[in-house]
Amino acid sequence: MKGNKKPKLKGAQIFFEALRKEGVKHIFGYPGGATLYIYEHLYDIEDIQHILVRHEQGATHMAEGYAKASGKPGVVLVTSGPGATNTVTGIADAYMDSVPIVVFTGQVPTSLIGNDAFQEADICGITRPITKHNFLVKDVEELALTIKKAFYIATTGKPGPVVVDIPKNVSNSYAEFEYPETIELKTYKPVYHGHPNQIKKAAEAIKNHKKPLLYVGGGVVMSEGASEQLFKLATKLNIPVTMTLQGLGAFPGDHELSLGMLGMHGTYYANKAITDCDLLIAVGARFDDRVTGKLDTFSRHSYKIHIDIDPSTIDKNVKVNLPIVGDSKNILEELNKYIDFTIDTSEWLKQIDEWKKECPLAYTKGDGKLRTEYVIDVLSNLTKGEAIIVPDVGQHQMWVAQFYKFKYPRTFITSGGLGTMGFSVPAAIGAAFAVKDKPVISISGDGGFQMNIQELITAAYYKIPVKFFIINNGYLGMVRQWQELFHSEKYSFTNLQTINPDFVKVSEAMGVKALRCDNVDCVEDVIKQALEYNEGPITVEFRVVKEDMVYPMVPAGASVSDMIVKRLNPERMV
Amino acid sequence: MRHIISVLVENKFGALNRVSSMFSARGYNINSISIGETETPDVSRMTIVTEGDEKIIDQIIKQLNRLIDVIKVIDLTNTKMVARELLLISVFCQKGTRSEIVDICEIFQGKVVDITHNTMSLEITGPPEKIDAAIDLLLPYGIKEIARSGTVAMKRGDK
Repeated sequence: MKGNKKPKLKGAQIFFEALRKEGVKHIFGYPGGATLYIYEHLYDIEDIQHILVRHEQGATHMAEGYAKASGKPGVVLVTSGPGATNTVTGIADAYMDSVPIVVFTGQVPTSLIGNDAFQEADICGITRPITKHNFLVKDVEELALTIKKAFYIATTGKPGPVVVDIPKNVSNSYAEFEYPETIELKTYKPVYHGHPNQIKKAAEAIKNHKKPLLYVGGGVVMSEGASEQLFKLATKLNIPVTMTLQGLGAFPGDHELSLGMLGMHGTYYANKAITDCDLLIAVGARFDDRVTGKLDTFSRHSYKIHIDIDPSTIDKNVKVNLPIVGDSKNILEELNKYIDFTIDTSEWLKQIDEWKKECPLAYTKGDGKLRTEYVIDVLSNLTKGEAIIVPDVGQHQMWVAQFYKFKYPRTFITSGGLGTMGFSVPAAIGAAFAVKDKPVISISGDGGFQMNIQELITAAYYKIPVKFFIINNGYLGMVRQWQELFHSEKYSFTNLQTINPDFVKVSEAMGVKALRCDNVDCVEDVIKQALEYNEGPITVEFRVVKEDMVYPMVPAGASVSDMIVKRLNPERMV
Repeated sequence: MRHIISVLVENKFGALNRVSSMFSARGYNINSISIGETETPDVSRMTIVTEGDEKIIDQIIKQLNRLIDVIKVIDLTNTKMVARELLLISVFCQKGTRSEIVDICEIFQGKVVDITHNTMSLEITGPPEKIDAAIDLLLPYGIKEIARSGTVAMKRGDK
């Protein structure tokens, strides 16, 4: 620039050269003072698309949606201070759900760090407990290598968010650009291959049990090819499969061996099966409290095999008999090689069938009232499991998990660990930037929809054909449900009916086409219209019944076998 | 049970914070933590004394290993090891008690490092129990100030 003949590159240019080497095609960002040199350089770049968001939190969730849909790392670029602190929720979310994102934050010049300078925040200090790792780049000479490390750490082992903090003077200083093809860190060596003896023992254990159950989580979704190996194992030996929230899509939901989701709002039969099984094969799952319920009574009689890439999940919540640390695809593949036998699980499957008949997933139909479950049911039928569904957090999220029949990994994208309301709108936009051949459907409640509503403008500007469904029951439904069940029906600050905006008008004002449906008869029609509309985003508001509850439900801290399976008798309630 | 865990970390800013914030975020106790350079300048050794049952110690070790800056974690508790602590203690003294305090100091193979009209400062090193015993014996004279280094420890060589 400006006739500079140095063979060295400016930090800002090194930044983009490094991103090119990493194959980055999209950046979700928002400019500011500390990133001015980077944005100055970005102005002339054409092979990397910068998506201008409306709020930095939106950028992080978009990066998450992008990463979850594609398996490629999501990239965020924001300025220092408030720009950086606005990313915190998204980073924490990515940390809890192991999503590979790399967040670049501008920082005040190194000479001002620690000075309480304008727009200074110690983002490395702030994000230390919620990142897989983070870096402050103090010298432009370290910039390229740090970016290499950041992508390597974010995407390998158990993936997670990495923050790279770049002071303004670093992006404006010069250094030679050198970028290693591969990298090895002496302090970080993820284990990908399970111990052969342990895998052999797992095969033995499977041979010697009669009531096996596969309990699979996000690790199977994330590990490329793991779901095929899982399918092979389950179908060859007729082992039923239950999935965690993040595991949905790892095994086809419409398969007869699928028990759907387990845990707090899992199916009756999945929770029965996990309580009663004699062999529990956990794959890429972490025995989260929403899954186990009360630990003392969780799957008490089973021999437990735990396959996970993160050694710290082993024995963390539940003591297991046979841990196998490594990548789920590799381990399942190796395990399948030992499966030269069959087992008879017919009695076990018969028992499960009885549970399925005893308490199937169902909802009230035929009373003319519009229920969320019906909307999800129709959506599932119309899209045949071929869409990417991005629910927000709350009742509708659980209903999606229960009633949408997912077929493939990476088609169900949601905030599980952190439970971030406001995740869906931006995450769906991010997913739609990554995947063009499948419809992307965001589903939010009326509460969560408003939490990152500003990103509708982003979707409209880029003409991203996301379908934004709003399940409007006029309540923070899940909190309301707990208030009804456990807090003396004191509906404290959960009623939004009189304070919600007109969602159709607000969408239209942001440049998004909008539809509304308030009865059973229009559901199919509006969903079809939304699926057929591809010129840009579209909002569909469903006005559903106000006081439905999600069942089955395992009350917090209770045993999974003590689930509430239907609505309590109103007379019995205080 | 009390455990002494030796952690080799990259000598980078923030490494201590990563370790200590992992302990606080997950609700684990740190009885003492000491950190210093090793024979390799870019590697620091932390000696952490912590408490917990088997499950907690197992998690502490796994979570430490999970930190990117951590090179190696060794639980020294049930190994042959040398564990030492440095005590600096300032004790009130009068004419009559000064020599008694010097006697105690000598028994513990310590040194008098500072003396005024009414105080004496001692330097004593040893295993943590020995330090506790020294403090206990000096208690009756009146203690003005204590500074303990926390335990540093290392494995004994193989024979």
